Amino acid sequence: MNTKKLKSVLSHYGIIFVLVLLIIVFASLSNRFLMPNNIFNILRQSSIVGIISVGMTFVMVTGGIDLSCGSVVGASAVGAALLMTAETPWNPVWACLLMLLFGLLMGLANAFFIAQLKVPPFIATLGTMTSVRGIAYIITGGLPVFGFNRAFTVIGQGYVSIVPIPVIIMAVVFLFGIIMLNKTRLGRHIYGVGGNEEAARLSGVNVKKVKYLVYGISGFMSSLAGVVLLARVNSGQPNAGTGYEMDVITGVVLGGVSMSGGQGRLIMVVVGVLIMGILTNGMTMLTINEYVQQFIKGLVLIGAVALDSLIKEQRSTQTVEEKNA
Amino acid sequence: MTDNILEVHHLKKYYDAVKALDDVSISFHRGEVHALAGENGAGKSTLIKSITGAIEPSAGTIVLEGKEHSKFTPIEAIEYGIAAIYQEFTLIPHLTVAENIYFGKEIVKNGFVDKKAMNAKVAKLLDEMGIDLDPASFVRDLGIAYQQIVEIVKAVAANSKILIMDEPTAPLTNNETEMLFRIIDKLKERNVTILYISHRIEEIFRVCDRVSVMRDGKYICTENTSDISIHQLIAHMVGRELGEDYPVRKVALGDVVLKVDQLHSQKVHGVSFELRRGEILGFGGLVGAGRTEVMQALYGADPVKSGTVTINGKVERITSPTKALEKGIGLIPEDRKNQGVLLGLTVRENITFSSLAQAMVGPFVKSKKDMEIAEEYTEKLQIKTPSVNQLVKNLSGGNQQKVVLAKVLATKCDIIIFDEPTRGIDVGAKQEIYNLMRTLVDEEGKSIIMVSSEMPELIGMSDRILVMRHGRIAGEIGKADFSQELILEYASGLIGG
Repeated sequence: MNTKKLKSVLSHYGIIFVLVLLIIVFASLSNRFLMPNNIFNILRQSSIVGIISVGMTFVMVTGGIDLSCGSVVGASAVGAALLMTAETPWNPVWACLLMLLFGLLMGLANAFFIAQLKVPPFIATLGTMTSVRGIAYIITGGLPVFGFNRAFTVIGQGYVSIVPIPVIIMAVVFLFGIIMLNKTRLGRHIYGVGGNEEAARLSGVNVKKVKYLVYGISGFMSSLAGVVLLARVNSGQPNAGTGYEMDVITGVVLGGVSMSGGQGRLIMVVVGVLIMGILTNGMTMLTINEYVQQFIKGLVLIGAVALDSLIKEQRSTQTVEEKNA
Repeated sequence: MTDNILEVHHLKKYYDAVKALDDVSISFHRGEVHALAGENGAGKSTLIKSITGAIEPSAGTIVLEGKEHSKFTPIEAIEYGIAAIYQEFTLIPHLTVAENIYFGKEIVKNGFVDKKAMNAKVAKLLDEMGIDLDPASFVRDLGIAYQQIVEIVKAVAANSKILIMDEPTAPLTNNETEMLFRIIDKLKERNVTILYISHRIEEIFRVCDRVSVMRDGKYICTENTSDISIHQLIAHMVGRELGEDYPVRKVALGDVVLKVDQLHSQKVHGVSFELRRGEILGFGGLVGAGRTEVMQALYGADPVKSGTVTINGKVERITSPTKALEKGIGLIPEDRKNQGVLLGLTVRENITFSSLAQAMVGPFVKSKKDMEIAEEYTEKLQIKTPSVNQLVKNLSGGNQQKVVLAKVLATKCDIIIFDEPTRGIDVGAKQEIYNLMRTLVDEEGKSIIMVSSEMPELIGMSDRILVMRHGRIAGEIGKADFSQELILEYASGLIGG
């Protein structure tokens, strides 16, 4: 009984132990790691991936995936940068709002391909990933854009007392996501569509509407991340956000969101995102080469999915045991 | 002494409490066409699966050419020359007829596949069997009938001694069926034994030498088809002692609540009927007769081509399940696992899934109310679960079905469609579902449409039965005239439209 309980706790919260273990390892290897300064550093570094991972969680709970998020980050960043450095510069607020609308539209386009044209999510978003990156290069001619209003960079670099503003934005976004997924009817429908699309449809759920919603949110979050990123680095790079989908998906899967949909809690995704942030920060602090970091992150993704499958198997045997008992 | 190629002795297969095969013993002669007859759930498929090694019987032996086996794997079955032709074909569309027939045992010359030799061999075989088909044509270009023939030829080329055909004529036209029968005659000349399963009783008399009847997992009898009439065979198939107790109606029927007029969809051709308050209207017919399709169209889950639906005197256009639920029509789908329950969600989330609006305050779900509704229906339907927060996949089939029912009832709909309400659930849970259905119509004034392939259930529960055939209503039977024979005769086209 006790081992069974332990197994159940591990399968639900094991990822927290991984997080703690990681903190202990890095703290013992570097005395700077646990400094408050560095902790906020980790949080700020995680904020971009964190914001996107909220949208990704929505999508993955329905059983889909959004590979285009990194490209939307890049296109939104350079889009906002271009608007703000135009001959008659846009007000940063309007520039950002327009880019958020752009991200939303890209998400809705994904949903259109997936729900209306029945293109599998992997392929549809692989396509938009490439095309939207193309947009970023087309509008900039491949060159970086810089030289905009200092006031704008506050959303990327500023603080409220000691808390970096991107961290606050991430917290708000997570809060929004958690409430939406747990407390609203749409949230329930999102889990339903991921759990069993046909049953959800026959239960009166407008499945297409749900798909438009989740991909729309994902696109919106990606463009929000793009704008924050732009403010943080103070220059619009057309290749910004390349490969972010990798960190985001790994974080979400580490947080226990099932690749097949229907399962996962956003609060645990926070843990997954933190693990990714700590890995990057810790490895950088230990002066581990960036190429090696990339190598390790790939393995972490495979490890996370393998763990997910293992736990599922465990759970199904548990059920059988309970039945036989 | 007759030469028995295959015998099964005291074969049993239990799934929990369900006896899918209950002490079945049958002998099959070499070179005969032997039909297996019985209603849905009689155990024919389970018997076939035991013979092909797809499932392992709980007890009993299989004797092949005098050699006894208690365990039998699919590979052994193939090695002994047992081949099954299923309704879904296993051919590879992008290969030719000859390549398919020799798939996995290609003729190889100098390290390359020798297409010429394969084509020549297949051509000879096709010729011997009187089949007009080019071995070099691609399977993807063939119609269903010829694909099936390729499957059969493939089995013959592999020197199969026993060929199992499960509803082979279901997808075929009359001409194609005749062609298949001619091929079966050729196979008999080659001394191949054929196990033939069909719901079309007249076919059994056309091609089979003997017929074995099964019912409720039990073996009933084996007869020469020349010694028995169609009516005698039907009587063997249906005559049974009833296991369940069907609760009796207590309240008189009310007004017409639902009127369906000339409903057309892809597989439904002009279906009209009325349903009255407090009525249980049964839909009988063979699998594929279009019963489920009528329900899906009525519920807005399938597109409707034409026809009108009148609910409580008002014409309604139901274009989606959402609309149907709004108008007070609920559906318990036939495929519980794929269409009914959300296995990964909790009992609570499932029960209130379609009726969350009742638990909302503004844009938010109020957890307390959500819980109350879930507990109310768990109590009402006596769903056996440790808590409403249990995942549905951990419940038994019967309790899962009750969760689906609770989900529909929680929407407070007045017309409830039950599509195969007791499929795959144990006897006790069945009885509870029957009692519930009776309570719903008697005490809560609901109306029920029930699609069922289980004859006793259909007869026991319904006030009136419509029998469907080929997407149309073949006949209507009033309570006084209920009999399984009559339903089967309508369903198989012996009488009616």
